[in-house]
Amino acid sequence: MEPMIDLSITVNGGLVSARVPARQTLVDFLRYELELTGSHVGCEHGSCGACTVRLDGDIVRGCLVLAAQAEGAQVETIEGVSDSGELADLQAIFHERNALQCGYCTPGMLLTAQALLAGNPAPSREEIRAYLSGNYCRCTGYQAIVDAVESVAASRRGEIAS
Amino acid sequence: MDAALALLGEHTDAVVLAGGQSLLPMLNMRLLAPSHVVDITALPELTEVSVQDGRLRMGALLRHCELASSQLIAEAAPLLREAAHHIGHPAIRNRGTIGGSLALADPAAELPACLLALGGRVEIVGVDGKREVEAADFFTGTFETALRPGEILRAVEVPVIDPGYRSDFSKLARRHGDYALAGLAAHGRIDDGRVRDLRLAFFGASDKPVLASTAARKLEGAVLTEANIEAAAATLGDDFEAIGQPGCGAQTKLHHCGVLARRALSRLAA
Repeated sequence: MEPMIDLSITVNGGLVSARVPARQTLVDFLRYELELTGSHVGCEHGSCGACTVRLDGDIVRGCLVLAAQAEGAQVETIEGVSDSGELADLQAIFHERNALQCGYCTPGMLLTAQALLAGNPAPSREEIRAYLSGNYCRCTGYQAIVDAVESVAASRRGEIAS
Repeated sequence: MDAALALLGEHTDAVVLAGGQSLLPMLNMRLLAPSHVVDITALPELTEVSVQDGRLRMGALLRHCELASSQLIAEAAPLLREAAHHIGHPAIRNRGTIGGSLALADPAAELPACLLALGGRVEIVGVDGKREVEAADFFTGTFETALRPGEILRAVEVPVIDPGYRSDFSKLARRHGDYALAGLAAHGRIDDGRVRDLRLAFFGASDKPVLASTAARKLEGAVLTEANIEAAAATLGDDFEAIGQPGCGAQTKLHHCGVLARRALSRLAA
């Protein structure tokens, strides 16, 4: 029988108790058990960044953390961060700038861009590229994504977005 | 820690989870199928950082993001701070740990080479007590170290950088955050324009991090002129066997190492 572990975590502000398979990843738990399917599963080995979620405030790979490791932690997914309005401006600019096409990478892109801007309100294009280098987009070619992040950084600083 | 060691003793194929940024991919891809995973990430004593008697001591669970942002580490071992920025991506650095990286001993990893360049050592605990192993003796091959079954790497120590010493870290990769095609952690003293006690540790070049001792001997006491740098860089093939990978053969690797050595030595000379 598959070993199971009791888990008690806070997801998007709500307390969740569950019994999870010891080997289940955090992102699979969020998607299959809680039906929070905004976090995507791309490569399952930490390269693509589609599964990015926040764990105790830090962005992490949802596929490289076991659900059992999140015991007692605060988990935030794109659903929670989107509903709170925290990155509404970033979402709007991604839309305006065509910084998404199929949308598969977008939740991870948004959470990673938000983490960048939290620590660096005026990143250069080079810094944006470096920070987002762990998030793959197979549609846009990144130019529009870098444009969008640059633009929202300017508007948050109170400068007119170019 | 005692409980973790007991579990490792009981289940001989168990693996230790320190940050999981390499272990989880291996589990996800079914490259490993251990009967047990021993998660040590909640042991608070493994996250401590301190400076004592001229040595910087870091708990094994210090994360790469902390290595990159700690003021204490920036002052005591700037090479580690610089290297941390080159490890993977932000979300990876938020979980990956120094002890995990050293214990895994990926030949393309940044921190093993830094430990070798700095002449550091690791502290290992087992059911029979603790022991210390110098970096030069710790890395024995591809994903192979002096760690014995049932042991845990508990802490890492490097000498605090002395006045006059300089460090330089560089890495060649196709994209930011990729594994190194080749990389170099360099450390040494520049005294009246002459180089002393130089240590050039390459990673991503061979089956483990390797020291270019011949080049270092050649440069001991020398001025870092273009000709001296060139002569030293030409000896790299004497010190280690470059091992190729798909898309980057052994000769190309060795060439990359020469390029990194010339650049690093020029920066140290500046």
